[in-house]
Amino acid sequence: MSTIKSLDDLSRIREEVLEKHKAKAAAGQIEVIVGMGTCGIAAGARDTMKAIQEDIQNNHRVGIIVKEAGCIGLCEKEPIVQVVIGDRPVVNYGKVTPGVARQILADHVAGGKIVKNHVIIL
Amino acid sequence: MKTFRSMVLVSSDPISMKRGAQDVFDRLQAEIKAYGLDEEVSLAMIGDVGRHDALPLVIVYPEAAVYGPVNAEDIHLLVDEHLYKGRIAVDLQASNRELSGKIAWLNTRKGTLPAEQRIVLRRAGIIDPTNIEDYILHDGYTALGKALTESTPIQVIDEIKKSGLRGRGGAGFPTGTKWGFVAKEKSVKKYVICNADESEPGTFKDRLILEGDPHSIIEALALAAYAVGADEGYVYIRGEYTLAQERLKLAILQAKEMGFLGQNIFGTAFNFDLHVHSGAGAYICGEETALLESIEGKRGQPRTRPPFPTTHGLFGKPTLVNNVETLANVPPILLNGATWYRSFGTPSSPGTKVYTILGNVNVTGLIEVPMGITLREVIAIYAKGMKGGENFKMAQTGGSSGSIIPASLQDTPMDFDSFGKAGVALGSGALLICNEDTCVVDLAKVLLNFFRTESCGKCFPCRIGTQRAWEMLDAIASGRATLKTLDQLMDLSVNLYNLSNCGLGQTAGTPIKDILTYFRAEVEAHIRLGVCPAGVCNTKEAVH
Repeated sequence: MSTIKSLDDLSRIREEVLEKHKAKAAAGQIEVIVGMGTCGIAAGARDTMKAIQEDIQNNHRVGIIVKEAGCIGLCEKEPIVQVVIGDRPVVNYGKVTPGVARQILADHVAGGKIVKNHVIIL
Repeated sequence: MKTFRSMVLVSSDPISMKRGAQDVFDRLQAEIKAYGLDEEVSLAMIGDVGRHDALPLVIVYPEAAVYGPVNAEDIHLLVDEHLYKGRIAVDLQASNRELSGKIAWLNTRKGTLPAEQRIVLRRAGIIDPTNIEDYILHDGYTALGKALTESTPIQVIDEIKKSGLRGRGGAGFPTGTKWGFVAKEKSVKKYVICNADESEPGTFKDRLILEGDPHSIIEALALAAYAVGADEGYVYIRGEYTLAQERLKLAILQAKEMGFLGQNIFGTAFNFDLHVHSGAGAYICGEETALLESIEGKRGQPRTRPPFPTTHGLFGKPTLVNNVETLANVPPILLNGATWYRSFGTPSSPGTKVYTILGNVNVTGLIEVPMGITLREVIAIYAKGMKGGENFKMAQTGGSSGSIIPASLQDTPMDFDSFGKAGVALGSGALLICNEDTCVVDLAKVLLNFFRTESCGKCFPCRIGTQRAWEMLDAIASGRATLKTLDQLMDLSVNLYNLSNCGLGQTAGTPIKDILTYFRAEVEAHIRLGVCPAGVCNTKEAVH
């Protein structure tokens, strides 16, 4: 990415990123975001992350971007996983063990059916 | 010791006294005696609880009923209804006025997370901290760009001053004023430092900001550097925060690549370079002058002040040291303006505060709410009440350097001024909520054990005082103490405060002062009866 030399440069880059995000959303891009702060990791977010990556590989799921984020401060519900499918509303899951993560990938990401009993409303 | 079923507190601040609090107290005493309840009900005076609209106040525990304004004539009814018949005297209750300045927003809450007011945490957990694009998309670096191209350093400082932002590290010093001190120093070299040595037990707000939104600290430091005329900065991160360090280092690399750090930022003459310095596990290095010593490569011990870091700081140069949370407030203030920021919180402490909630509550975690919320609200709304429906006994604020807040102060708005008036401290934002199974002596002992091991040993009041205080508390807990010990302990806490060189020793006496002020009866029970009312301490270790 180019160096920023003025406010205009900054807004241009913001526009570019925004366009990129919009294009992804319109194309039905799937994002799975795992809360990976120290607290999330302590609650097992690394295992969850590993399970998600393995599941994607084993079941040959394509077009899924797995990202990490910081913590949102809801320690009771860690590990927290967010699923974004295109421009549909974001779904947050709490206490996502590796097993729950696999269920989310199979039911929600692949099947389009939200795993209701693990949803948390932020 | 007598066990009391009820505790009655009368406010005794100057306004209450003027309005007849002493009469109220005397009448209460007489009425309680007349009803033959003086063996069951304890009566005491308390300081300012922040309800200036209804003084004098009478608060009755364990129900925590707040009555006010109370006249001497009302006392008969109050005692008859509440203390004798055991029902709340509704007619005398203080109006259920909003206890804190801004609370209407609570009604807007939905879902499991009540509506918070997130300013410094607005991006944490939302954006990818390893991706600078995400930060830019969420208004990142816009405040810096605007300030550099459209404002002078003086204007930036004025805006911060107008916003009323106060340091979030614990002391609450006005940030704009501090910036002004550094800015007016004439020096070719100046430094800005972010104090991320968050070592207060139970506090993890800074870690969350650094892990979730590292670029906001880079942007804020660049803004601070521009305002005070510095060209180099350090982030002093606690050694245990490896993930935060990793993410910040990565963020610095990305910022350098895109020209937010380095030479001629935003095409202006402003240059700024940033380093990450890891702490090595010493609590004392969170004290700003010890932190400076540590960066200089010396043993982490506080300096004698004056001179203050604003004039003689890192390597003898004027230096600005700000806490992570303080800095995280800077970009939003400059982006949205001081007036916007002042719409949150209370007039004396605008903005929000990040609290970490832990202890005997149903939901622990981290919240960001406006300044001026009360402890009762935090426990009821965010912590979802006490675990197992137990009674709230006290809270310990600010890791170890805060105060012990008794239940009688749970309606005091949590902002710097209200807490200051009530004689307690906000600290760094940890709220350790304790139920009645917690022994105050044991709690103070744990805190003093922390202080005695973390004292750097430079000045003797702290080095020896914290050790002796711990020994005395240990003696009380194990039944070896006499009543004289309590006087000595109180004396020691005053000396710790007055004679210590830095904040560590000065605050080490606070828990002692607090337990002897608010929980004297419980402490004395250990000595007079050889019993720990909470059933925690083993007072039978020694024979009387």
